[in-house]
Amino acid sequence: MEKKSTLIEALRSHGKELLQEWQREQLNPALLRSDLISPDELKQQMENFYEHLLEALEKDREGELSRETWKPVRSFLADLCRSRAKQGFTPTETALFVLSLKRPIFRWLQDFLKNDPEHLGKELWNINALLDKLGLLTTETYIKSKEEIIRRQQEEMLELSTPVVKIWEQIVAVPLIGTLDSARTQTVMENLLQEIVNVSATVAIIDITGVPTVDTLVAQHLIKTVSAARLMGTECIISGIRPQIAQTMIHLGVSFQDITTKATLAEAIKYGLSRVGYRISRIESSKQQ
Amino acid sequence: MERIPILKLGNFLLVSIQVDMHDQLALNLQDELTARIVQDNAKGVLIDISALEVVDSFIGRMLANIASMARILDAETVVVGMRPAVAITMVELGLSLPGVRTALNVEKGIEILNSLVARNTDEYPAE
Repeated sequence: MEKKSTLIEALRSHGKELLQEWQREQLNPALLRSDLISPDELKQQMENFYEHLLEALEKDREGELSRETWKPVRSFLADLCRSRAKQGFTPTETALFVLSLKRPIFRWLQDFLKNDPEHLGKELWNINALLDKLGLLTTETYIKSKEEIIRRQQEEMLELSTPVVKIWEQIVAVPLIGTLDSARTQTVMENLLQEIVNVSATVAIIDITGVPTVDTLVAQHLIKTVSAARLMGTECIISGIRPQIAQTMIHLGVSFQDITTKATLAEAIKYGLSRVGYRISRIESSKQQ
Repeated sequence: MERIPILKLGNFLLVSIQVDMHDQLALNLQDELTARIVQDNAKGVLIDISALEVVDSFIGRMLANIASMARILDAETVVVGMRPAVAITMVELGLSLPGVRTALNVEKGIEILNSLVARNTDEYPAE
């Protein structure tokens, strides 16, 4: 017990040298991503981590990461990994932040305990196990934060891709962008129908200018949406059908029977306005003056 | 016996379904409605289903049937007030009610009936 505490003591008193050696490892040009992080910032992070690590080690020699003592280390590493994941580091680079500490410590331990091989072996094993656990923790956190990013982006895309806009009283439009799958169709349909109720629309325009391809499945989804709108008493117009799409649709045998289709959004708006009793006309400037 | 009231409004019959439809109720409604169309010489039928949270295939078919029967008896049918969730479910079930006119609310439904009836009578000005 006496010996162990001296070891920690020594780790602390020799901290500066150890840290310097560790920093040399990390600042090694082959490892350092100077495009993503500045050497000063990295040094600061290493110092902080070393400080947290020693503090935790002093209280708990066994390195049981789930204990309360290790909370500062865990949360420090978690923050670090999250920011690394966002900055674009690879998982290896992130894990190496911790694992590169092994060499300096091993070297130093060998030197420090060279007269006590038994103790040396034990200490090496301990520190090795601890650093491995910390390394695994970094990878886990890294992947978790990446997953988090992916999930959030998916949600954002879903929201972004389905705005329902009111064109005029009683006319709403959905500009569809991107590929239509079942999940998106469901969202589009729900949003559109809800908006139809909100503005009590008589005409709904679905603009597919931004839909890259229309296959039988996409057409099926569109027809479903149109039918649902019709059940609520709203006429649906599909607009923005590009020439190539019209051709592929006919070749595939897909046809929008009984659905009003227009080539452009402008045409659809014009038609929609006429359905609710409006007309677009040019202002004659001579009459205005 | 539980029944759904049929209200006469000028030339039209107004049916507002406020309770969950079960099959017998639907059949009774069909009977009674066709009888009333003949009896009142109605030109239009407006079915309000805004209170319905569930429309199954049977009710869907019944609505389609009522529309067809009414047409034979020279009355137009408009189904109004279907909820978004109901509309989605029906489409998923493959029930798109072809041949049934729909409107968003009672007001718009009456408008549609008026224009339909006006057109129908225009076609026979001699009457």
